[in-house]
Amino acid sequence: MKVAITSTGNSLISKVDQRFGRCAYFVIYDTVTKAMEFIPNAGIHAEEGAGSAAVQLIASRKVEKIVSVEFGFKVKPLLDSLKIQMISIKGEHTVQEIIDMIEKS
Amino acid sequence: MIIKSDTGIITNTDTPNLIDSQKVSMRKNPVKIAIASGKGGTGKTFISTNLFAILSQQNIPVSLVDCDAEEPNDHFFFIGDLIEEKVVTVRIPSINSESCRFCGKCHEYCNYNAIFYLPMHHQISVLEELCHSCGACLVACGHHAITEKEMNIGHIRTFFIKEGNSFIEARVNIGVYSPVNVIKAAIKEADNQNIILLDSPPGTSCPFIHTVATADYVVLVAEPTPFGMSDFKKSIEVLKKLNKPYGVIINKSTLGNRNLYEYIEQEQIELLMEIPYESEIAVSYSEGKIISDLHPKWHKRFEILYEQIKEKTCK
Repeated sequence: MKVAITSTGNSLISKVDQRFGRCAYFVIYDTVTKAMEFIPNAGIHAEEGAGSAAVQLIASRKVEKIVSVEFGFKVKPLLDSLKIQMISIKGEHTVQEIIDMIEKS
Repeated sequence: MIIKSDTGIITNTDTPNLIDSQKVSMRKNPVKIAIASGKGGTGKTFISTNLFAILSQQNIPVSLVDCDAEEPNDHFFFIGDLIEEKVVTVRIPSINSESCRFCGKCHEYCNYNAIFYLPMHHQISVLEELCHSCGACLVACGHHAITEKEMNIGHIRTFFIKEGNSFIEARVNIGVYSPVNVIKAAIKEADNQNIILLDSPPGTSCPFIHTVATADYVVLVAEPTPFGMSDFKKSIEVLKKLNKPYGVIINKSTLGNRNLYEYIEQEQIELLMEIPYESEIAVSYSEGKIISDLHPKWHKRFEILYEQIKEKTCK
């Protein structure tokens, strides 16, 4: 299964980005192969529709779960229709901490 | 009756207007005065409604357009008969999934991320709330898979106040991304030949720009507070770019500090009027009353204001 995490930078010690559509990077983590991919979010400077662009990006990578803090209200119906689960976390965490949590669960 | 304007706005009206052609032949260009501000709550509606009231009393033909389509409130101050209601619609694309080949060209052409496209899921759809009705996707589609449909985005209501005086309210539906098309349609609806007052929306973004862009003169209402100062500077920047003549009214002039006064002196901006922070004004306003109707002093002051504006807008 692939999980996407919104990240403020391109390393494991980067903090999770608070925003889904306008995050700096998406980290795509494969729980089977343990492979990790950092994708810069081209939609960060989009005038409008950053959320829908982000959904298209992560859906095209066959992601099943997405971890972030805030999701825009337009994004939810899109993610629901694609059966991608939104996981909203509280507090400040690094990408590594999130991956550890995913592994434990 | 369906009217299509050059901005792509379609308006439907239930009451056919038979004298349209006559109106056009008689029409002269009215003077449009926008009452605007950067910051909200500075007194745009207060100035607009008082100007409208004193002009009406002088039997000067005038129309007031409430362009604050997201929160119109001028109607609280006047009693009039609703004479016309129009629906404002925009055209948005609709994708026929049977003709669609999932080439993604429409998605590529869309500047607003309004076409949700996932080729491997064979999924394509229009995100209506993001669409700007630009029509680029129709041009892009080579397979005739995109047609247009109309979406209702708001209303324009015209009220008859007295002979020669009308009040027009723009009201956008809740959840519509931009009120601009409704505002434009409302301004077009004002067919007064003499003076049109535009009570502008707050802020300095698209709704403000599209309102003041149609005006011959802009009355900026500012307050001498740090927030008022910051937003005033932004609105001045926009008006300079649009090359519009303007003057300023300082409302609640007894509050805050002198920074705004120093700024307008330095920039040589004309001060049209000062209104002190008085509870009497606030109380009458909150009761939906017009201060210039209540006090001869204020009636006179708004008359002087109008004379000043008239000088600037004489063509």
